This record gives sequence, structure tokens and C-alpha cells, in this order.
Amino acid sequence: MNGESFLFTVFALATCLGAIAVVFSQTVVRMAFWLVISLGSTAALFFLANADFVGAAQLLIYVGGTLVLLVFGVMLTASGPYLKIATSPGEIVMGSCVGLLFLVVVYASLNGVNWRKSPAAATENSNPVVATGKTLRPIGLSFLGSRPDQDLTSDGDTLTPGYLLPFEIVSVHLLVVLIGAAYLARAKRRAGE
Amino acid sequence: MMFAAQSIADFFQGFGGWQYVIAAIIHAVLLVHVFAVSPFAFIWLERKVSGRIQDRLGPTRVGGLFGWLQSLADGIKLVQKEDLCPSAADSMLFRSAPYIVCVSSFAAFMVLPFSHGWVAVAADCGLFIILAILSLEVFGIIMAGYSSGSKWSLFGGMREAAQMVSYEIPLAICALVPVIAAGSLNLGEVGGMQRGWFTNWFMFHDPFTFIAFFVYFVVATASCKRAPFDLAEAESELVGGFHTEYSGMRWSFFFMGEYASMFAVCGIASILFLGGWNTGLAPIDDALYAARNASIDGTSGSAAVGYLANVIGAGVFVAKASFGVFVQVWLRWTLPRLRIDQVMTTCLKYLVPISCFLFLGATLWPLIMVTGMGRTTWTSPIGDRAAQGLQETRDGNRVARISDAGNLDAAQARVGDTGHIGEGVVQ
Repeated sequence: MNGESFLFTVFALATCLGAIAVVFSQTVVRMAFWLVISLGSTAALFFLANADFVGAAQLLIYVGGTLVLLVFGVMLTASGPYLKIATSPGEIVMGSCVGLLFLVVVYASLNGVNWRKSPAAATENSNPVVATGKTLRPIGLSFLGSRPDQDLTSDGDTLTPGYLLPFEIVSVHLLVVLIGAAYLARAKRRAGE
Repeated sequence: MMFAAQSIADFFQGFGGWQYVIAAIIHAVLLVHVFAVSPFAFIWLERKVSGRIQDRLGPTRVGGLFGWLQSLADGIKLVQKEDLCPSAADSMLFRSAPYIVCVSSFAAFMVLPFSHGWVAVAADCGLFIILAILSLEVFGIIMAGYSSGSKWSLFGGMREAAQMVSYEIPLAICALVPVIAAGSLNLGEVGGMQRGWFTNWFMFHDPFTFIAFFVYFVVATASCKRAPFDLAEAESELVGGFHTEYSGMRWSFFFMGEYASMFAVCGIASILFLGGWNTGLAPIDDALYAARNASIDGTSGSAAVGYLANVIGAGVFVAKASFGVFVQVWLRWTLPRLRIDQVMTTCLKYLVPISCFLFLGATLWPLIMVTGMGRTTWTSPIGDRAAQGLQETRDGNRVARISDAGNLDAAQARVGDTGHIGEGVVQ
């Protein structure tokens, strides 16, 4: 067992145990704490897989952004000192049904993949990104429409010109959401006056 | 890039697969010591500077030159104190909150380069990672405030949350202004591009980066919840704010985290704006880089010289960052605390628009320069400096242990390709 798989085991266990603790704890802020453990360990798993950008985005968006907003919202709106969520038996049954179905889907798709690679594919995948440590530049260039990781000239007709269009669509979508949120907040204040 | 780790790993070659573990442990121990000793020094500095500013002597009684043993006395006192947990508190969250603060500001040092190649994790998006990790600290503080079961703590935690959520925006935008000039998020590369005379520092790259440095410093001071932005503590209104109910070591963990993150944000400022480990004097810088390159080439006896060059670089970096911390302490004892609404107004009505303006200006500046002067910078072209750094990184990678020779060639070809594209864009 080398260092990498040991770290993987540690962080994978922390992810799973954190997720289980989120389900079983009653207080909202404790749930948020366990979510921090779970999502932070997921980020660590991304770092282990040399996906620095995804890991940092996970930390910044989910842990630093969403969870802080969640706890902030709880602190602003809670009536009592420690807000609790009581789960009714019906919700537990529904939740476990959905969870079991999801488990079946994940198990089926994991079984569908042939994990045993051919040696050629294995050497191809011990990849230049890891060797040079340049994990970000290909992503940045592909947002500009250039794909240094793919040889576009050899295939001829397969045109994958990067992620410029999806990126622009997402940014326009975010702008719409921002304007909508501003409009909703303003309308509510007017109704109160 | 992991020159230091590589050399330690090579030293322990005979340990059969364990050399990387040993190298990692040595790095972790070194970082823990930086993390533990720097608050020690900065707490003494805080006392001494505050004393001098208020026309007092500061600590003199405990002994040592200028009373430097005061921090040690503080530490012994804090270790002895009883570890209290109020009965109204959510004890699990209350006890774990200091660790979140401490671990997140400590983890930021992983990606902070101290000298050329002296970085525990040489990540390509180092700046993004360090900002992401530093943003976790606020969660521990909010949790401490919420779980204490005290209204003062709750107010402190809420203020901290409101303040941090808004100040992270100008912080990230201001940090991006020099990144536009550099074209890289890799803190090691950004530092390396500023070698030569101090006009090459990104602070002097264009008027927008010059203003961005000061805006960044103000915002960074606020993000460490230092006075005049220390609304989360505000001892005149909130007793002690989020740490009202804490005592002993758990209390001191918050302060270790605070001083460590002060050093971290000042370190980021020094790398992004103030040339990092470069002295700002071209002859000295060139000599240091030549010594490092000679040690990478592996000429006998030059390894120690290259190591010494890196030690000097680390000293320059620590001096710059410590000066930033000194200015933060100076500000704390000079300016009065703002009100919470003034803090929010400063951020949302002034700092966010200013930083957006600087960001836009920094993107337009190369175009203005090209139409006016026919080149994108008024100092030496960044493309040249980037290419020089790229060459050294490539040399470093050649030394690095890569098992498959074919992979190495492919990797180098790819580095060459992307580097070429990068140069084209920058120039």
C-alpha cells in the first residue's frame, strides 16, 4: 500500500462518514459541519487525482461559499438557539427509497466499466499533465477555443473547439439569475413598505 | 518544481519507497514550525509596536532583549489555563471550531512558495487554491460564534460572516489584476517573472496594478479581521466577539490562525505585487539565479551554493511579508474601529467598484500601450521573462524523476507548445 492509496483511503472514509453523519445529525449547523468534512475530503480526493482546479473550485464554491451562506441564513432566521430538523417516518422511507435507487444506478454503472486497462492505455494515461504539473493551462486554453491536449489535425473532421460556447451560455445564465435575484429582493422590500 | 522535496527524497534514496514519505514529513514539520514560530514573533511585535505607538515601553519585565520572552510567558500561561465549555454551548461544534480556523490557515502555507521552487505543493493554480483555503477560515469563526450559546458570540459570528462574504469579492478581483499582467495563476511562475530591477515588480507594471496593491492590502487586512475591520471581536461592544466563551489553548488557536493568515495574505501580496523572493536589484538577482541553475545542472559542490541562494531568497520573501504584517499592526494601533455599516459600505459601495475598475483598466492597459508605444509593457517584456522561467522549469523537470523516457519527451514537447502559445499571447 503506497502513500497515495493510503491517503485515498483516509479521505474516502472521511467523505463517506461525513455524509452519513449529515444524514443522522439533527441540528442544522452540525449538518453543515459534517458537510464541510465531507466536501472538504472530496476536494482532497480531487487534489489526489491531480485535478487541482476542480478541487479548489469545490472548496471555494461549496465549502467557502454555499455552506457559509447556509449557516449565515440559519443564524439570521432561526427562532430558537439551536435549530433542529425532525424527520418524519414517511420522509425516512422516501429518502431511503431514493437512496437505494441511486445506489443501484451507481453500482450498475460502476460494473459497466471495464477497469482493467490495456498496458498501452495505461502508459498513455500516466500523463504529461502530471509530469509537468501544468494542470491549469490546458483548461484555460480550451476556454479560449484551443485544445492543446487534443490533436485536431489528425482526425480531420472531429471538431471539438473547446468550451467557449458552453462557458458563455453559463455566464449569461448566471447574469440572468443575478438580475432575477435583485428584482425579487427589491419587489419584496416594496411590498413591505 | 519540487526541488527541495526532490533533493530530500534523493537523500533518503535507500529507504525503499519511503523516501517521499520522509520528505513529506520533513516538509510538514518545517511548515508547522513556520506556522508556530511566526505568531510567536508577531505577538511580540504587536505588543511592542502598540507600546511604542502609545508612548509606552511595551513588554520589559519578562526578560530577554526587548522583552522577547513575553510570547513564551503568554504561551505557558495559555497552556496552563482550564479548557472551558459553557453549558449552553453545542459542545461538539464549540470544541472543533478552533481546529477549523487553525487547519485552514495552516493549509494555506502548502501552496505558498518561499523561494524559487521552495514550495510544498507547486500547483498550477496556486493562487486559486490558496484563496479557496483561506476562505474556509471564516467557517470556523462562524461556527465558534454560533455554537457558544452566547449573544455576544452570535453577533460576532454574524458580523464576521457578513464581512467575509462581501470582502472576498474585491480580494479575489484585486488578486486577479497582477495575474492579468503575468498570465499565470502559478505563484512560483508569477514570482519568477518579477526578477531583475524592481521596475519589473508587478506593482510597477501599470498604474492599475499600483492602485490594486493598496486596495488588495486594505481588503486583505479586512479579510484577516484586523483592526480597523475587527468587527467580529469588537471588544468595546461585544466583550470578545466570537471568542468570548473560549479560554486557554482553544482561544490561542484562533490567534495563531489570525497571525498565520496575516502572514499568508502578506506573502501573497509580496509574490503578486512586490517581486516575491527577488531582491529588486538586477545584478544580485541574476547572480542568485545563476547559482540556482548551476545547482540544478548538478555540477559538483554547487548544490550547497544553490541551496544558499534559495535561503537568501526565502529571507527576502519573509522580510517583505513580515513588513506587510508590521504595517497591519501599525494600522491597528493608529486607526479607530469602523462601525459595521461603515465596513459594509466601504466594501460594497467603494472597494468592489474600485476593484472592478482596476480589473477593466488592467485588461485595457496593454492595448493602450500597444497603440501608444508599440509594445505591451514599459519595462522588459513579460513574455521574455516568462520564457526564461519556463526554460528553468523545464530544466528542473528534466532532473525530476520521471520513469518513462518517452513520456518525458512528450511532456517537454507539450510544455514547449503551450509555452509558445503563452508567449504569443503575452507579447
